[in-house]
Amino acid sequence: MELENLRFGTELLKRGFAKMQKGGVIMDVTTPEQAIIAEEAGAVAVMALHAVPADIRKMGGVARMADPAIIEDIINSVTIPVMAKARIGHFVEARILEAVGVDMVDESEVLTPADEFHIEKAKFTIPFVCGARDLGEALRRISEGAAMIRTKGEAGTGDVSQAVLHMKKIMGQIRSLRGMNEEELVREARKIEASAELVAECARIQRLPVVNFAAGGVATPADAALMMHLGADGVFVGSGIFKSENPRSMAVAIVEAVHNYDDPATLARISKGLGSPMKGIDVGTIQEAEALQTRGW
Amino acid sequence: MGVVAIQGDVSEHVLALKRVVGQGEVLVVRKAGVLPQCDGIVLPGGESTTISKMMSHSGMDGEIRDAALSGVPIMATCAGLVLISREIEGDDRVRPLGLMDVTIGRNAFGSQRESFEADLEVKGFDEPYRAVFIRAPCIVRCGQEVEVLARARDSVVAARQGNLFGLAFHPELTDDLRFHNMFMEAVADVL
Repeated sequence: MELENLRFGTELLKRGFAKMQKGGVIMDVTTPEQAIIAEEAGAVAVMALHAVPADIRKMGGVARMADPAIIEDIINSVTIPVMAKARIGHFVEARILEAVGVDMVDESEVLTPADEFHIEKAKFTIPFVCGARDLGEALRRISEGAAMIRTKGEAGTGDVSQAVLHMKKIMGQIRSLRGMNEEELVREARKIEASAELVAECARIQRLPVVNFAAGGVATPADAALMMHLGADGVFVGSGIFKSENPRSMAVAIVEAVHNYDDPATLARISKGLGSPMKGIDVGTIQEAEALQTRGW
Repeated sequence: MGVVAIQGDVSEHVLALKRVVGQGEVLVVRKAGVLPQCDGIVLPGGESTTISKMMSHSGMDGEIRDAALSGVPIMATCAGLVLISREIEGDDRVRPLGLMDVTIGRNAFGSQRESFEADLEVKGFDEPYRAVFIRAPCIVRCGQEVEVLARARDSVVAARQGNLFGLAFHPELTDDLRFHNMFMEAVADVL
C-alpha cells in the first residue's frame, strides 16, 4: 500500500530547490556545447540565454527572453538544472519558460523590463530567483514569491565591485536588525518598504530566509571566493566564463574556488595560467542610463 | 558525526543532526582527513555531478568508501543516494562509489516542475511520512541485501543495506526527524 496526497510547486519545494544549489556555481550558457562544458566543469546549474550579458550590453536594443528552441536544446544536452531569464514583470515569458520545462526562472534586470511591477511569482509551480541591491528589495521579491535572491551587481561588466557593494549592504542591514525590539523592526520594515514579518524573520535568523547568491560582475576565481567570504551561498557567473580566453579552465577554476574560498594556497594554485579573464568595463565609466542594476525597485 | 560539505543543503542536515545527536558533535567536513574519525556520515543533497567531481578531487571518496566498508553508518539523501549507488541507469556523467547494491535513475520524476511532496508509508513507522522530492532520483533495481523501506509513485525511494541508508527525498527539509533517528540508532548500535 502506498499513500500519496501529492503536491507540486509548494514553497518548500521551491526554496528546497534553491538550497540544493548552495556552494555551487551557476553559469550562463548560450549553446548546448557551452552547457556541456559547464556541466563537465562542475556547475550546479546553467542559465540558458541567447547572449551573455556582456553581449546584450553591446548589442543594445530590447533584450527579451531567449528563443525557447535554444533553451530546449540546452535542456536536452545536460542533466543539471537549467534556468532561463524572463523580463521583469513579463509573466507570459515566465509562463512560456515554465512550459518549456526550465527548472527556475530568473526575473532579470539584464533583460529590458516589461513593467514597473515584478511578476507575482507565488502563482507559479517553478521557483524564481530575483536580483536585489539591498534588504528591502530582496524582501519585496521574497514577498512576491522569489525562492532565491542574488545580488544585482552590474551584469556584463566583469567588475565585481557592485556585487560586493550589494552583498555587504544586505548583510550589514541584516546585522543591524539584531537587538531591535518589535516596534523598531516594524519601523525599519516601513522604512525599507518590506514586510514586517520578513524583517522580523531576518532579525531572528540573521540571514535572508531564502538562499542568497552573488551575481553581476564575477569574472575570476578570486572574485568568486571574495563573494563567498562576504556571505554568498553560491555564485552566478555570467559573461565571466565564455568571454574569457579559456572557458573550460576558467569554469573548473571558479567551481574549485567556491569550494576552497577560504584557502589562499589552493586559490593561488587554481588561479595560475588561466589566460585572460573577460576584458570587462570599469563600472565607474558606465553612464547612469546604461546601468542595469537600477531596473526594478 | 560528519556531514560531507562539498555542495548542497549541508546546513539543513547539520541542524537536523544537532537535534538528534544529544552530546555528540556534528562536523562540517570540507576536506579529506576528518571522515575517518566520524561515527556516522551524511551525504547531503545537491548536484550529484558537482559533488562527485569535488569528492574525488578532495580524496573524500576513498574515505567514504573505507568508512562504509568498515561498517560506519551512512545516510545518503537525494544526490547522496546517487553517489553511494552501484550503478546509474543510462548515465555516465556521475561515477558512483558503488557501495549500495542498487541501480539509480537520475531525475526520475522529471524537472523541477514535477518535483513533489507526498505521504509515504515507511517500514517501521507507525504514521505516514511527508517526504519532499526535488528533481529526485529513484531506485530502479535493488540487490538481495537491500531492504526496501518506502515507495512513492510506484518507485522505490528509501532503502537500507546494513549500515547504508539511501533516501531519494530530503528528510533534512522537514521537522519530522524519524529518518535521522533511525540513522542515529544505527550509529548507536555500532558504538
